[in-house]
Amino acid sequence: MTLEVLYFAWLRERIGQPRERIDTAAETVRDLIADLSSRDDWHAAAFADLTAIRCAVDQQLADLDASLSGAREVAFFPPMTGG
Amino acid sequence: MSARVQTASFDLAAELAGFGAGAGAVVTFTGIVRDDTGAMAALEIEHYPGMTERALSDYGLQAADRFGLTDWRILHRHGRLAVGEPIMMVATAARHRHAAFQAADYLMDWLKSRAPFWKREIGRDGAARWVDARASDEDALSRW
Repeated sequence: MTLEVLYFAWLRERIGQPRERIDTAAETVRDLIADLSSRDDWHAAAFADLTAIRCAVDQQLADLDASLSGAREVAFFPPMTGG
Repeated sequence: MSARVQTASFDLAAELAGFGAGAGAVVTFTGIVRDDTGAMAALEIEHYPGMTERALSDYGLQAADRFGLTDWRILHRHGRLAVGEPIMMVATAARHRHAAFQAADYLMDWLKSRAPFWKREIGRDGAARWVDARASDEDALSRW
């Protein structure tokens, strides 16, 4: 499966790019994080503390156990600070 | 009934022209960049284009349904904002004030913790620091 993966705020800075297209066999968001973290030290460092990570699957907020079945875009970011 | 994301500033009076026609109550909230430390030059706001507009619309529709709003408007800026500039506004219109106040409060709680914006403070010395989410903002959501 090919996914568009987006990063925002300090996750984007730690990973060093705003988005990347990846091939993965991950079935859930948590699997995807494990896959990304295994690729290099920057990803591993960015995902070191999962309590600081929020995500959206196809632009809808999702939890880490959300399925990636049929997903095209996954975004990772810190807790939001709008308003 | 609209949600907008933009870099440009806005004029509250212009935004409210024609808003909520026929309503008995209109409530507005405007958030303004403040400097708590005396050392901040600006705020930079990043967002998730595409998702942001969708999320703001969803929250507006939810508020309209829940509180019986006759009109609502959400406007949130992104990019670099100087201290004293407006960041965002919500406006709610209803038959009675209680619903309009509650809906504005509800929308603010959702925007604080569930709209994909991230603030970064830029100091007068040029140093940048991402603003941490507050537990109190997260707790506020549980009221609803």
